[in-house]
Amino acid sequence: MASAGQTFPGDGERRRRFRLPRSAGLRFSLGYGLLFALSSILFMSFIWWGTIGFLERQVETAINADARALSQRWTEGGLPTLALTIDDRLEQNLDDDAIYLMVDPTGHRLAGNLSEWPAQVVRSDRWYSLEVTRAGMRDTAQIHAFDLPGGFRLLVGRDIRARAVLRRLLTDSLLWAWMMVTLLAISGAALVHSMFRRMIKSVAQTTQAIAHGDLSRRMPLVGNGDELDQVAEAINEMLDRIVRLMDGVRQVSNAIAHDLRTPITRARTQLEDAALHARDTGELRAAVERAVGDLDNVTSVFEALLRIAQIEAGSRRSAFAPFDLVPLLADIGDLYEAVAEERQIHLVLRLPPSVPFYGDRAMMQQAVANLLDNAIKFSPAGGTVTLAAALGPALPGLAMPTPTRDVVSIAVTDEGIGMNEADLARASERFFRAEAARNTPGAGLGLSLVQAIVQLHGGTLRLYPRQPGLAVRMVMPVPREAPRASRLPRRNAAPTPAPSRVTETSRSPHEGDT
Amino acid sequence: MHILVVEDDPTVRNFVAKGLREAGHLVEPVDNGKDGLFLAVSENFDLIILDRMLPGGIDGLRLLETIRAQNNTTPVLLLSALADVDDRVQGLKAGGDDYVTKPFAFSELLARVEALSRRGRNENAPQTRLNVADLEIDLLSRSVRRNGQRIDLQPREFRLLEYLMRHAGQVVTRTMLLEGVWDYHFDPQTNVIDVHVSRLRQKVDKPFDSPLIHTIRNAGYMLRAD
Repeated sequence: MASAGQTFPGDGERRRRFRLPRSAGLRFSLGYGLLFALSSILFMSFIWWGTIGFLERQVETAINADARALSQRWTEGGLPTLALTIDDRLEQNLDDDAIYLMVDPTGHRLAGNLSEWPAQVVRSDRWYSLEVTRAGMRDTAQIHAFDLPGGFRLLVGRDIRARAVLRRLLTDSLLWAWMMVTLLAISGAALVHSMFRRMIKSVAQTTQAIAHGDLSRRMPLVGNGDELDQVAEAINEMLDRIVRLMDGVRQVSNAIAHDLRTPITRARTQLEDAALHARDTGELRAAVERAVGDLDNVTSVFEALLRIAQIEAGSRRSAFAPFDLVPLLADIGDLYEAVAEERQIHLVLRLPPSVPFYGDRAMMQQAVANLLDNAIKFSPAGGTVTLAAALGPALPGLAMPTPTRDVVSIAVTDEGIGMNEADLARASERFFRAEAARNTPGAGLGLSLVQAIVQLHGGTLRLYPRQPGLAVRMVMPVPREAPRASRLPRRNAAPTPAPSRVTETSRSPHEGDT
Repeated sequence: MHILVVEDDPTVRNFVAKGLREAGHLVEPVDNGKDGLFLAVSENFDLIILDRMLPGGIDGLRLLETIRAQNNTTPVLLLSALADVDDRVQGLKAGGDDYVTKPFAFSELLARVEALSRRGRNENAPQTRLNVADLEIDLLSRSVRRNGQRIDLQPREFRLLEYLMRHAGQVVTRTMLLEGVWDYHFDPQTNVIDVHVSRLRQKVDKPFDSPLIHTIRNAGYMLRAD
């Protein structure tokens, strides 16, 4: 128990007057046992008092009824009738538990089965429970005295020997029962304690192993979905995330080693080469300018990496606010429309009148800009790039709309070179560039950034192959009530968004999505 | 212009000072916050270029807040390696007029310095018309005329032209255009700004004899009459 206690030092409790044990498991089980024992005591006392009280009340009722009947006899026929009745009753009393005694004013016995009036019985307004001698036997009896007219006195009682036996029996059996219950409570407490210890031990062992570097360890699951399993699952989920993050860090440091070292090396070589071999200022200047360009590339890669890391750390949720996505998308579409036109690419916007959204404005701008950048970069002349947004349509396996939230999806589709299955899976990794894209400029961080932004908004980023081209879809949940209520009436103040309506349509919605 | 440069890194300080002097400005370089604050309150500068992280107990933001608390409205350009959106917002909230992150291209810094100095002069008189040579735009009716000839522009093209005209005679970088015209604070990978400028040129310059929008190599654009 001390070993389990070490994991849970109850520092606060230790100073108290009742030194509580340091083991939480022991505390729990002691509490459990104590509660069990106490409640069983309460329960059994109730049974005891109930039974015994009932018996006592029954005797008293019988005596009272007897006395009433006898006093009626006295009224009907006086002393002789009463004496006769008492004798009758004694004869008919099969259980042999009735006690009667009638005495005259001098204390002389007139009728009944007691030899003399008990000395203790002096008052007629209370019950006596005393030892009496009857037919040579000493008995315990419950007795009540009644005053009759003319100084005569009547004593009615019941032998309660049987009741005493019953009482002892009941007490004994209840005591035994209580002992057994207490034993059960103790063993139950021990069981609870050991279970608690086992569960804590497995958690403690696993976490300790992980703390020492064995990240492959996971909490064992029983599979019944109880609280223990839930805790284990939560811990496992956390571990998975830690592993993913660590993999990310490892991957990034590898990538930095390669993708940043290369341009730095190039810049360095150029500068050194120029310093050693440049024949005139013009050549020197050109080399320096190329080196500066390389260093600018390094800087932008570096900044993109920092931004992704920062977004993934989730520290930028502070800038979340409700806004309408449609004007934002239309603006970015406007920015890229010129570029698309210059490259003879048809940029089509398919936007509903309004898509309420809750998130970081600047980040959404950047994410969509990155997607359009990519789509236009990889599209051949004459192709079509589509930017579409919709509120609501749930896709299998993605976030589903619930009563409290909607799902917003923003899709950018192109007819460019596309990606093969293997590349699709890796597309959002940092620095990943598909073989076919090696010749286009870029560092392979655009989609990683989009991915980080979508994840920050609680959504998922999906890539679908098209023939030809690629569809990239950001699906993000939007809390329904608060943002909509406080939504600013912007360019489109339509009360109900109509996701199916499109402002400019060249093809039916969702064509080509898989 | 009389410019105070508060920057602790000697390489950056000398580079900035040298470049600004070459551009015809009078520069006072200082390497710590204490001296910077002393100079900022005792002398009259047209502009202060301020690093955020400074030795000597007073960092850039403290310095900025102190001079703003004394109702000193000298334009301040923050120059910092702290490049987060939050850092930028913090700097502008403290009273900064512009924010340039390190590493920076000198052309970008110079363009922003010129823009800030111009802003100080223009702010008191709201203009409804802007003129450069024979190009004239009316900000109220949002119409553009050149040589008496009406030119039709899209709303975004109009804002682009307006921005260039407001900074006529100055270099305007692509980042400044993206921030000033589109209000975007990220770097697109493609040459989106170049395409928009070239569209504007098609309408404003091409039908006429002399071009007004000039490309400044390694820097950006400038609208000026030759």
